[in-house]
Amino acid sequence: MTLTETTYWVVGASFAIYILIAIRARAGTTQEFYVAGKGIHPVANGMATAADWMSAASFISMAGLIGLSYNGYGGSVFLMGWTGGYVILAMLIAPYLRKYGKFTVPEFIGDRYYSDTARVVAVICLIICSVTYVIGQMKGIGVAFSRFLETDYETGLFSGMVIVFFYAVLGGMKGITYTQIAQFCVLIFAYTVPAIFISLQLTGQPIPQLGLGSTLADGTYLLQKLDQTLLDLGFQEYTTSVRGSTLNMAAFTASLMIGTAGLPHVIIRFFTVPTVSAARTSAGWALVFIAILYTTAPAVAAMARLNIVQTLQPEPGQHLAIEERPQWFRNWERTGLLGIEDKNGDGHIQYNANPDTNELVKLDNDILVLANPEIAELPHWVIALVAAGGLAAALSTAAGLLLAISSAISHDLLKRTLTPQISERQELMASRLAMAAAVLGAGYLGLNPPGFAAGTVALAFGLAASSLFPALLLGIFSTRVTREGAVLGMLAGLTVTLTYVFQHKGIMFIPGTQFLGDMPPNWFLGIEPNAFGVVGALVNFAVTLGVTRVTAPPPPEVQELVEEIRVPVSS
Amino acid sequence: MPSEHAAQLRETYWRENRRWMLILGAVWFFVSLGCGVLWVEPLNQIQLGGFKLGFWFAQQGSIFVFILLIFVYARVMARLEKRLGLGESEA
Repeated sequence: MTLTETTYWVVGASFAIYILIAIRARAGTTQEFYVAGKGIHPVANGMATAADWMSAASFISMAGLIGLSYNGYGGSVFLMGWTGGYVILAMLIAPYLRKYGKFTVPEFIGDRYYSDTARVVAVICLIICSVTYVIGQMKGIGVAFSRFLETDYETGLFSGMVIVFFYAVLGGMKGITYTQIAQFCVLIFAYTVPAIFISLQLTGQPIPQLGLGSTLADGTYLLQKLDQTLLDLGFQEYTTSVRGSTLNMAAFTASLMIGTAGLPHVIIRFFTVPTVSAARTSAGWALVFIAILYTTAPAVAAMARLNIVQTLQPEPGQHLAIEERPQWFRNWERTGLLGIEDKNGDGHIQYNANPDTNELVKLDNDILVLANPEIAELPHWVIALVAAGGLAAALSTAAGLLLAISSAISHDLLKRTLTPQISERQELMASRLAMAAAVLGAGYLGLNPPGFAAGTVALAFGLAASSLFPALLLGIFSTRVTREGAVLGMLAGLTVTLTYVFQHKGIMFIPGTQFLGDMPPNWFLGIEPNAFGVVGALVNFAVTLGVTRVTAPPPPEVQELVEEIRVPVSS
Repeated sequence: MPSEHAAQLRETYWRENRRWMLILGAVWFFVSLGCGVLWVEPLNQIQLGGFKLGFWFAQQGSIFVFILLIFVYARVMARLEKRLGLGESEA
């Protein structure tokens, strides 16, 4: 069987499982559609949360981001940021919102701040975050199909949409939850198997997490060897190269952490468990499952980087002849992820940090995970598995985001704001229609990605950190914060963050609309736009607390609501 | 309206809860932004097998500690709820 045939079989089998689950897990009520009937076991929800959380970017791009773009240590911001957020979520957010016991994040903000304005501001933030995020997943689906199944991008995207449409529209959160559990199993298996092989080949240690700290065949430590090799090529040392400055790294990590804790599609997963204490343990299980991938990723990053460097330069001063480059190299050149240019015309590839003499002119981040099995000469089924895993990661995250978007529309905008008179049946129908519209909209944006699709980290995490997270946190931990304070705080956090991001990258990332003027890049204390969410959050806190001091306190029933959500049982 | 006794229980519960949040939050900060970012250079002078210690905290250690923190928090809160009679019947 050829590689493409094997891939079709493996991907087809995984899709058949998702459809089967969809048929068995139809939603009959709005409670089932929005929160899966609140009957999901905490471990199962942990698994679903892990799949919900780990996107196409986590699966395909993160190892490359760490190993190549951020040159090792600098990439730690993603590892700590995207896991540390779960500690905040488990302690400060999830249990209380679960106790509150309704369906969406804007719903809590609207009720707690006794204001439709607050609800609508929250809906807008949610939609910007989630839409930006979902476009990345749609692109991930199209790209995975086109690279592995040799279809064109559009066909791939349509196939993905059909699958998501099927289980998300039919089953809502219930269908999504059970499919995500299956998708987690596929993606984690697909990620760890090649990692185990590559770790064995390089270090003889089957556990990649330990392999990263082990010795190579020649007796030197892997990381030491990598540090030295990169230094020789003119790069910074792998284990110490800081991204920007220490302050920038701290801000970046903190922004991702609080952004994680404020992302609606993650928070609503904790509405599906039966109790408050289940919400806490479920966050722990989610992090266990996430950590399997997140602690494997840095090992893959370092090992694959070393593999690539050693392929290009087997011994110091000895360069790979272009004619002798391996088959995987030629395969990935065709996709445009790798590119060489023989600048000095010697028929060999010189790879180094100097842009004038470096002949590996294109080395895409995604190559580290995608080409890993081929570099390690693993069997066809492993390569097919990576394709199915990438698709599972993209589909599961897309479904979670689409649910957050559609429930904000059908529940927060229609039921709670515009047309409160609609019945349960009508709302369920509305939520299915909203879901269908969201899938089609996401598909359209996947086909015609707007400029801002590139800004997932800056937009989604920046907004969640600077607008939603502070409003949620203060809403739980203060009975005094007022509606005026929260609304102005959210708007201030949002404005500050977006202004800084757009000033660097263009308004909604449209080229040519940067208004940087004479300001140097990263002018604010050297903090880059992607790391700015935490600054926006601090502004939000300051504005909210300031305005609260000069406005009338919330009505007694709102203060009672806050007291009520702090304890697991109502008295 | 909750009785006086119930109000007192709630207050104890919330005070204990905040105390644990502060303790565990301090550890959370210490391992990630502390060991992983702020003090990474001095820690890198220490070698843990093939890892520089600061690098290890930033790429693996902090994540393991995060998991531990959540389960410890879930455990102490469950105990606290049981002690104060504030636990949920389904749990």
